[in-house]
Amino acid sequence: MEIEQLEKVASQVRRDIVRMVHGCQSGHPGGSLGCTELLVALYFERMKLNEKDGKPVFDMNGTGEDLFFLSNGHISPVWYSTLARRGYFPVSELATFRKLDSRLQGHPTTHEHLEGIRIASGSLGQGLSVALGAATAKKLNNDKGIVYVLMGDGEQQEGQVWEAATFAPHHEVDNLIAFIDLNGQQIDGPTVKVMNNRDLGKKYEAFGWEVISIEEGNDMAAVHKGLYEAKSRLGHGRPIMVLLHTGMGFGVDFMMGSHKWHGVAPNDEQLAAALAQLDETLGDY
Amino acid sequence: MKKYTFTEKKDTRSGFGAGMHVLGQQNPDVVALCADLVGSLKLEPFIKENPERFIQCGISEANMIGLSAGLTIGGKIPFATTFANFATGRVYDQIRQSVAYSNKNVKICASHAGLTLGEDGATHQILEDIGMMKMLPGMTVINPCDYNQTKAATIAIAEHDGPVYLRFGRPVIPIFTDPDQKFEIGKAWMVNEGTDVSIFATGHMVWEAIQAGELLEAEGINAEIINIHTIKPLDEEAVLKSVEKTGCAVSAEEHNRIGGLGDSIAQVLIKNKLVPQEYVAVNDSFGESGTPAQLMEKYGLTAKDIVAAAKRAIARK
Repeated sequence: MEIEQLEKVASQVRRDIVRMVHGCQSGHPGGSLGCTELLVALYFERMKLNEKDGKPVFDMNGTGEDLFFLSNGHISPVWYSTLARRGYFPVSELATFRKLDSRLQGHPTTHEHLEGIRIASGSLGQGLSVALGAATAKKLNNDKGIVYVLMGDGEQQEGQVWEAATFAPHHEVDNLIAFIDLNGQQIDGPTVKVMNNRDLGKKYEAFGWEVISIEEGNDMAAVHKGLYEAKSRLGHGRPIMVLLHTGMGFGVDFMMGSHKWHGVAPNDEQLAAALAQLDETLGDY
Repeated sequence: MKKYTFTEKKDTRSGFGAGMHVLGQQNPDVVALCADLVGSLKLEPFIKENPERFIQCGISEANMIGLSAGLTIGGKIPFATTFANFATGRVYDQIRQSVAYSNKNVKICASHAGLTLGEDGATHQILEDIGMMKMLPGMTVINPCDYNQTKAATIAIAEHDGPVYLRFGRPVIPIFTDPDQKFEIGKAWMVNEGTDVSIFATGHMVWEAIQAGELLEAEGINAEIINIHTIKPLDEEAVLKSVEKTGCAVSAEEHNRIGGLGDSIAQVLIKNKLVPQEYVAVNDSFGESGTPAQLMEKYGLTAKDIVAAAKRAIARK
């Protein structure tokens, strides 16, 4: 898909995000908006997905296809919207987000059998371990698919992340690409103030990872290029870490760059202001 | 009283190792993971024959649970192994979210459970693990009673689709069950039919219950002994059928009295048939260093304690 087309999808995904969060008056718009380019580029361009008649076919094992895991599960709106727009489930279902009897739980789950989701996440720090397990299974199965996993930067404060970070190079898991959403914000404020992670790139390098950066994580062309670069480095005995520099709340001016929109829903007026900044490219749900 | 004899004593963890050895040869999807306790879990035969299907995790139990959940996504059947303390309490949230809630086909296999771990003391003697694991929706909880039953259970859980907690231990104890037994998850095993009191025992306490049955018989009391190897799902029918006949119950477990087998039995009795029940269990405390036998004595987990509990239960009828 051309960059321009990917950007159009991203605009619609952003509309979906703010509308979903507004619709239930809860959820996490900030991180979701910041990771829109990544998820759209992955699902609409980079990932090899099992398809039938142009639509993705979901099965839990994901044999022969690439897999994506979302470790920072609170940014579920961007994942749900991307999955729906990609054809995993009807876009109309986005209206049920966080409501009773919905498959679109506040944080992603497998419990309600939503197509595209392979593990529950939300309690932070677990996704990298799960992704490493799935990548190891692919190796055991001689399956050439790639495993992608996204984590938050605040999430790097969890100890389990570093257990997994130690494991991956030791066992030469080189069919995995991990991302850290470096938006510099967490619930209680800027990450450098709450708990300074310092130089995550150097840390992962010291642990034995191959580290690359995407400096403009909200520029579709830059994300596209970075993903290509990350993939080219696979298969050489080292796991790949991509430091994805994003802006929390990107695309909605009053939400940008502040931790205040981590987990707050817009009111009617704010929704209107947000939607005015985002083109309806694929039709609202 | 049915006669139980033994010619050999072995640890239940060795039964696990033997079961894994068989699984390694029979089921190509089985993968073993361990957090730096390969010798303690008796995994050497599996690893020797299937080095590519063994994953050394180092001292990183949380990561091991996540890895196991991920491995199922490629159709693997991971057996995550370590001491019971580190397999449950340390990683409860990882099990809860990535395994139980996500309904992953992970087998959590835990050795050195309970007081009989011995000299290492209370930091390692978990007495809360059955409670934690049975509270998780969808989790199967199994605590077999000897080497042969642990081996059979290990092989059986590979065939069961869903998360399982398999609990076993360190001390050498008599081997008194059939080496060729077919292990049926959720089906209690009638050890001895009796009429005066129902003794429901799990794990190492089953042998103590058999000895208690003999002591009771000498006093003219006819005890029914049932091995509850599967604590969840509990064989409620077997429990009720037994107490219908005997009119009172004793539960025996190497676990805190709060949240273990006794409470599971009590729930069944409260709902269906009110009969007196006595607990043989650790009385809401931590353990301490000592030999397994000393600890079982001090914390009230011997045949003698089961006899006393049985008499109390009968007196309350």
